[in-house]
Amino acid sequence: MTEPNASDLAEVPAGTSAEQRVTRKGMWGQGSGDTSGYGGIVRSFERFPRSDRPYGSYFDEIVDRLHGLLPSVDLDHVVVAHDELTIFVPKGDLLDVLTACRDDALLRFEVCVSVSGIHFPDLVGEELHAVYHLLSITHNRRVRLQVTCADADPHIPSAVPTYPMTDWHERETYDMFGIIFDGHPALTRILMPDDWEGFPQRKDYPLGGIPIEYKGAVVPPPDQRRSYS
Amino acid sequence: MTDESVGTVYVAQGGDWDDIVRGQADRGDEKIVINMGPQHPSTHGVLRLILEMDGETVTSLRPGIGFLHTGIEKNMEYRTFAQGSTFVTRMDYVAPIFNEVAYCLAVEKLLDMKVPERADVIRVLFMELNRIASHLVAVGTGGMEIGALTMMTIGFREREMILDFFEAVCGTRMNHAYIRPGGVAIDLPDDGLPRLKGVIDWLHKHLWEYGAFCNENPIFKGRMKGVATLNLTQCMVYGASGPVLRAAGYPWDLRKSQPYCGYETYDFDVITWDTNDAYGRFRIRVAEMFESLKIVEQCYDRLEATTGQPVMVEDPKYALPGQLTVGADGQGNSNEHIKHIMGSSMEALIHHFKTVTEGFRVPAGQAYVAIESPKGELGCHVVSDGGTRPYRVHMRDPGFNHLQAAPAMCEGAMISDVVVAVASLDPVLGGVDR
Repeated sequence: MTEPNASDLAEVPAGTSAEQRVTRKGMWGQGSGDTSGYGGIVRSFERFPRSDRPYGSYFDEIVDRLHGLLPSVDLDHVVVAHDELTIFVPKGDLLDVLTACRDDALLRFEVCVSVSGIHFPDLVGEELHAVYHLLSITHNRRVRLQVTCADADPHIPSAVPTYPMTDWHERETYDMFGIIFDGHPALTRILMPDDWEGFPQRKDYPLGGIPIEYKGAVVPPPDQRRSYS
Repeated sequence: MTDESVGTVYVAQGGDWDDIVRGQADRGDEKIVINMGPQHPSTHGVLRLILEMDGETVTSLRPGIGFLHTGIEKNMEYRTFAQGSTFVTRMDYVAPIFNEVAYCLAVEKLLDMKVPERADVIRVLFMELNRIASHLVAVGTGGMEIGALTMMTIGFREREMILDFFEAVCGTRMNHAYIRPGGVAIDLPDDGLPRLKGVIDWLHKHLWEYGAFCNENPIFKGRMKGVATLNLTQCMVYGASGPVLRAAGYPWDLRKSQPYCGYETYDFDVITWDTNDAYGRFRIRVAEMFESLKIVEQCYDRLEATTGQPVMVEDPKYALPGQLTVGADGQGNSNEHIKHIMGSSMEALIHHFKTVTEGFRVPAGQAYVAIESPKGELGCHVVSDGGTRPYRVHMRDPGFNHLQAAPAMCEGAMISDVVVAVASLDPVLGGVDR
């Protein structure tokens, strides 16, 4: 993981939870004269902190099995939170991992229920994330695979040859985030018009909207209102 | 590859019928490209189907979606977590309660929050009533499209009883935003249980009519049996869930296999059918309405037993202040609360403003929650960066996934079967396009 401000995290001991790793800079109402609690506090934290073994539940079994089947693949970035297993997969190895997940009798994830994207402009070099939710009907299990790619090179191999049902999901992820799924049979826009420019769900794409004026007061459009995050 | 087309170009633009017929006669083939929708009564909204026909046989079908894309997911990134309910309810507007529950369960998972028992019961009650309403629309409009108009008229009659109940509880027939992170917006009104009793009695009296009209109706069977088949292998290829998968004989229901909201404590059966076709999906929907009614009756008993218990988490950080009730004018307001914050407590006023305008923070992380909507697996993926707004919300709508299977169900069949096939998938374009 690339941290936006590594020095902020230097003092944080390993093994702390995600919430503990959050560091905040700035103070309430700093310089703005605003005492509402909004002062442009800058927060930085590790978005996907690695979990330590044992992962609990059936998670160790899945990770061990994948390690056994694909010893050369780096599957060490594992996040367990809220009873969910997330495995970060290097994009070059995605197809091998997906095939193993589907075909191995002990894993047997028959269905990839969803592919979607997330855009983290602050994670330099891995701005775009593709998230795969796999479901094993046989074992009644779920796992989340996460693949990152850089904004400058937004290519991820397509899961369609392994999981045909991801066809439209990948098209939507391309449509909204601009992730190019290499090997997809027809990677075209699906929700936006064919000639649309830009990728609407990226963070740098404006929401749009107009200010609303009522009796002299002006309410700015939603994406220009103050954010307390 | 070059951009130059070779051979005859078939376009879906339509035009003057005489010209089309003349063009076809000149070419001497039976091939025609039909653009069905996005404004077509039997496409369940603004679905566009591009059909390549040889005579009346469909040789190729390509669904075109996106006409109802309203950027709900993007909009939610600029609103608080509590406001998210208002947005997700507009996705699959025939089954809005399910969107709200999926979203709220995901947010609550990130908060490690447990909602009060009565809130869970009300959620289950609303989901099951909504499941009946959604199935009624599915079988009603599906029947109408093949000429069984009565299915639609009686379907909407029953649905109206359910929507009236929703309206009595939360003030709206659709777009409820009733399920909120932490519980539900308000408790049942004083006459809530008698009203619910009325709905249950009505449904008992009328739900059997659908089977009586259709199950053995030779025309109905002729139109539905062996049409739009998708067997278990194909279901796995297309990731089908819900009635489509259960019509292939696989008893997969998330309420049983991965229970949420306390479904493991209710008594109901998972309905399957073994015909792989539109008829099986119809039979499943009708039978599921009775199962849902069974659950609704169990909810009735539990609601009676939990009268007066909270329906929202006690933590004032998450619960909106004030007990809202729907007044005689149909508006919700809490006079006691307004008196309190405006007249006696500055701190309460500040708290009210903070909760309403700023919202609550949700710890950083991500969660995926899948629930069994009437159409199949409805998943909600919420990513938080620790702020008061979702960093990213994605809804995995079953209709979106299922429409991919439409070509496999229709190619090689007659054009009249396309209508049956789409109806048997029961896509709602609000959910498909979001």
